[in-house]
Amino acid sequence: MKYMLLIFNRPGFVEELTEQERDALFAEVGTIMQELSESGEWVGGEALADPSTTKTVVAKGGQPAVTDGPFLEAKEHFAGYLTVDCETEERAVEIAKRWPDVRYGGRMEVRAIMNDAGTEM
Amino acid sequence: MTVPAAVEDLLRTLAPQVLGTLVRRHGAFDACEDAVQEALLAAAVQWPEDGVPENPRGWLLTVATRRLTDQWRSERARRDREAAVFTRERGDEAGPALDEDARPGDRDDTLTLLFLCCHPALSPSSQVALTLRAVGGLTTVQIARAFLVPEATMAQRVSRAKQKIRASGARFAPPPPQERDERLRAVLHVLYLIFNEGYTASNGPDLQRADLTAEAIRLARALHRLLPDDGEVTGLLALMLLTDARRAARTGDDGLLIPLTEQDRTLWNQDAIGEGTALVTDALTWSPPGPYQLQAAIAAVHAEAARPEDTDWPQILALYRLLSHLSPNPMVTLNEAVAVAMVDGPSAGLDLLRPLDGDDRVSGHHRLAAVRAHLLEMAGDPDAAREAYRQAARTTTSLPERRYLEARAARLTR
Repeated sequence: MKYMLLIFNRPGFVEELTEQERDALFAEVGTIMQELSESGEWVGGEALADPSTTKTVVAKGGQPAVTDGPFLEAKEHFAGYLTVDCETEERAVEIAKRWPDVRYGGRMEVRAIMNDAGTEM
Repeated sequence: MTVPAAVEDLLRTLAPQVLGTLVRRHGAFDACEDAVQEALLAAAVQWPEDGVPENPRGWLLTVATRRLTDQWRSERARRDREAAVFTRERGDEAGPALDEDARPGDRDDTLTLLFLCCHPALSPSSQVALTLRAVGGLTTVQIARAFLVPEATMAQRVSRAKQKIRASGARFAPPPPQERDERLRAVLHVLYLIFNEGYTASNGPDLQRADLTAEAIRLARALHRLLPDDGEVTGLLALMLLTDARRAARTGDDGLLIPLTEQDRTLWNQDAIGEGTALVTDALTWSPPGPYQLQAAIAAVHAEAARPEDTDWPQILALYRLLSHLSPNPMVTLNEAVAVAMVDGPSAGLDLLRPLDGDDRVSGHHRLAAVRAHLLEMAGDPDAAREAYRQAARTTTSLPERRYLEARAARLTR
């Protein structure tokens, strides 16, 4: 079963860390990704550029209009995701619990990915 | 790379035989498995060009053996250690395989391989991956594509599965008699998982996935040939054939799922139905009934009805009751409730669903909501049915099912 683990954090929080803390953070992420590769659960993932670089497209007067910056001035932003293929939802949640952003005030959302398989009813 | 179907079939049939011989001779299942994969890839390149060799099995065995010894040699060079391994190496590197290689021992090897690949130390997804590669002769790329994961991920799953088998101390030998039944059940379950992965895939762009259905049937046939006296093996093969017979009718042109009662039954594959029905009917005369035989028998009863209204629901209900008794399981209860509704009316079916609300295994499951919606619709309660369809649509992770359930709900909207 595939799950997307969505990473939300406060932009710039990494800048406030000491170098040591930063190194530890990246090492921690590296360890988890390595582990997921070795376990055969890794499907993919991406980190996103800083939210300040966002272009937002919304309809204005029936036409798509583009503005600079994120749609909502929220404290937390969508920072990236990883996709895993796990035996159980519990396992996916366990991975999310270990993601270091959670410790630094961010949050993770675990969402099942829709698949194209279906049984007639 | 496209390999002609005849060559591909031959390779896939020979794969477990060659692997079995190699493992018996050299031990080291994981290294042998890699070597056979490489030999299969080499054959897939060379045979279509140069023609199939006179002794294809011997060719594969020779190439795989060479890869294996190359691998050991390079490892030895790397570690610069004494060559105890080489005492096991045989002198037939370049020559044709010996006669002893093509013997009836093959039959047992394929079965032993299946037991090993479905070893209880492995997770179900690893069992599936390893079975498809080592017994099915599929490449890692093919398996990765079928399961929609990166090739590296699938390669890792296979290699970890092999490590786990090694760590468990499992030998290349049939399981001990006291474990045999349980281990065989695991093998059947893995074949069933492979089948479902393919059968439930949408028809359109995902032919790779649909191929898994054919692969599962091929493996089930092979197993049935090895164990013709096992009623559950027969039952599983019959169930696959009877289910797959509906393939062309189960989705519409728009990809929308079509329920059993609304399918165009002229599209059902009568050959597959005939074969599956004969297999299960026969098995039930000499074997104690088991879950696969009963599910196959139910599929056969559905298949014999030319129109939905001809369906022998009392017979289906009796079979579900027996199935519930043999292997109690909330998913079986769901199906039983549908049969009860068809025989005794929807409110009797709804009564049977009620206790499931307190069952953690199924209480939040979309199937429970979907069956309830269906029975509520039958009972003439469109408002409640619509709510239940919507709840089912929200909880399924299948896109085609969500479309189907949303369409059902929409139909009930005034």
